[in-house]
Amino acid sequence: MKSKTVRAMALAVTIPLGLTLSACAGDDAGGGGGSAGGTIDYWLWDSNQQPAYQKCADAFTAANPAWKVKITQRGWDDYWSTLTTGFQSGTAPDVFTDHLSKYPEFAKNKVLMSLDDAVGKVDTSIYAPGLADLWVGQDGKRYGLPKDWDTVALFYNKEMTAAAKISDDEMANLTWNPTDGGTYEKAIAKLTVDKNGKHGDEAGFDKNNIAVYGLGLPGSGAGNGQTEWGYFAATTGWQYTNKNPWGTQYKYDDPRFQQSIAWWKGLIDKGYMPPLKATVGASMNDNFGAKKSAINANGSWMIGSYAAYKGLKLGIAPTPVGPSGKRASMFNGLADSIFAGTKKKEGAGKWVKFLASADCQNIVGQEGVVFPAIDSGVEAAKAAFKAKGVDVTPFTIQVDEKTTFLFPITDNAADVNAIMQPAMDAVLQGKSDVSSLTKANEQVNALFK
Amino acid sequence: MATTIAPVPPRTGRRVPRIALGKQSRSDTFTAWLFIAPAALGFAVFFLYPTLRGIYLSFTEYSLFGAPQFVGLDNFAAIADDALFWNSMKVTLWYVVLNIGFQTTIALGLAVLMHRLTKSGIIRGSILLPFLVANVIVALVWFWMLDYQIGIVNTMLGWVGIDPVAFFGSENWAIPTIAFVNVWRHMGYTALLIFAGLQTIPTTVYEAAAVDGATEVQTFRKITLPLLRPVLVLVLIITVTGSFQVFDTVAVTTKGGPINATRVIQVYIVERAFGRSDFGYAAALSVILFIILAVVAYAQNKWLRGGESDLA
Repeated sequence: MKSKTVRAMALAVTIPLGLTLSACAGDDAGGGGGSAGGTIDYWLWDSNQQPAYQKCADAFTAANPAWKVKITQRGWDDYWSTLTTGFQSGTAPDVFTDHLSKYPEFAKNKVLMSLDDAVGKVDTSIYAPGLADLWVGQDGKRYGLPKDWDTVALFYNKEMTAAAKISDDEMANLTWNPTDGGTYEKAIAKLTVDKNGKHGDEAGFDKNNIAVYGLGLPGSGAGNGQTEWGYFAATTGWQYTNKNPWGTQYKYDDPRFQQSIAWWKGLIDKGYMPPLKATVGASMNDNFGAKKSAINANGSWMIGSYAAYKGLKLGIAPTPVGPSGKRASMFNGLADSIFAGTKKKEGAGKWVKFLASADCQNIVGQEGVVFPAIDSGVEAAKAAFKAKGVDVTPFTIQVDEKTTFLFPITDNAADVNAIMQPAMDAVLQGKSDVSSLTKANEQVNALFK
Repeated sequence: MATTIAPVPPRTGRRVPRIALGKQSRSDTFTAWLFIAPAALGFAVFFLYPTLRGIYLSFTEYSLFGAPQFVGLDNFAAIADDALFWNSMKVTLWYVVLNIGFQTTIALGLAVLMHRLTKSGIIRGSILLPFLVANVIVALVWFWMLDYQIGIVNTMLGWVGIDPVAFFGSENWAIPTIAFVNVWRHMGYTALLIFAGLQTIPTTVYEAAAVDGATEVQTFRKITLPLLRPVLVLVLIITVTGSFQVFDTVAVTTKGGPINATRVIQVYIVERAFGRSDFGYAAALSVILFIILAVVAYAQNKWLRGGESDLA
């Protein structure tokens, strides 16, 4: 018995370590040493995109018969923990889809291969403006080649807007400000319906018994609020960091940011948006599909999911125009990176080059799942979405009118998020005032000292 | 019930004949080691080495990339000032109190019922059923059933006019809910352990109590509980140790939220290590948990006199 407790106690310590240990064994089975050819391991996290990239892989093998590509898909959470242990044990994939919030740490720890070496010079002017620059590290080396981009727009239920007598034209020209919420809040209020059928702007509206929320809530958005609050907070002129990329100070203490969050939290108090506690375990878009909310701000990578809900007429509108007189949307882009420990540098370089070329991005565009980083791919994607009956202009308008802002790239991204997640949760739960974010901001900025 | 009295052989002074101790014992030792070797190897590779390395890492700064940098007691000093650590201890303790409190009481009740009321293998077996389902699946099924908007439990509460409860989404309910889910899963198993202990209590004692006219409650308090003590201590040490290490139920449901309401110590360790690549800090947290569990197990054994039985 005694030995059992000792073992159980030892387990407490060994579980995290055992995990790293178990990943140590095994070597690449693909074979192929220097330049002979072989199988390139490629990872991505979005299962919606896997078929498109499988087509790219097939085209790549057709052009380079010596190289095959094995695609592995893992969900977002597993993806990063498996990748991190893979870096340590040498079992990370040769090439993988990389994210702007993750790559700075990888680059700093030298687990990414510089693409200047592996791929050589690439003409980056073919990519949407700004995207390629985001993937140059603080050391001036390139660690990723852009594959796609995304923006944010408002998905809405057309039957509900029709019932509330809001025209598509009005939806496309919403305005917003942090004081009274502008026509955006008016629309949200009108679209909120309580259990007795009263709308949010009517007398006798029961804010404690809501049947349909005007605006859906995915969560508190932690430190970057890409689809949660970034699209309106940024229209006040507020910026996440002192400079981008490679800022060294976050600005969550800015009154413009805190006022925007206070307005947003106010929607919960008014009954227009579900409380944060209702989001645990729930999916905002599925609730939209179940007609429990009228508007959802969400990213372009979700178009496919929203368009697939049966029995509802989907509308898409651009995000509202704010105090700056312009719209705003985070402009985020994924890229492909090469693991520094790859044994197939040549093949990996070729594959990344192919992924970043018009040849592959046109194929991806034609599948109509994301917007590729190259213009011709975007055109293909627009056509593919149109064929599915979805007009994606509300997403592309942000790029055309240059109203996008870039994803804030800094060091310590994981730590920043770990501080901001509970801080933002506390504000939305009503446990802390927005002014508490100033203290969180101090903690965040202390990371950079 | 008839007890047969076996003839007891007369006790003779046991003196081991001293013959050929030298060679014989050496070859015995060799054989013994041969048999122990596989287990010893497994213990050394999977328990001893990782434990020692974990303790070593707790004195370093280590991000998985590159070599660990020795930083002395820095990690422990930082932990002392870490509000999230103290919060996680508080949350974990609250979970342990709820989990162990309810689990042990219910399991004891179930075991006594099994012992005194039924001999049916099917009923006894069915009590173990929840334990046969994987932890993650149990957590997911309850997560789904207790959902705020579409869960069946809240729908049923609605029928009797009770407002929906955010079981996992509310700060006050999250830990009790997670504790309840794990009580549900483990109570059958715990009951079975206690039941096994009950069966070691000789029926003659109960017969004597019945003859003396003791009530069922008196029998339970004066006979069952004292004689069960060594088994209860064992059960408590195992379950409390396990309870402190709650992880999977939280990981598949609330992931530490809302705010920090369910950020139990194991979740915090994993977050530090794999989320924030702070393996030295996470190892230091693990060492602290290790020490806490060792102290708790020792204290339970000592105070509750787990090593001795009243059945003598």
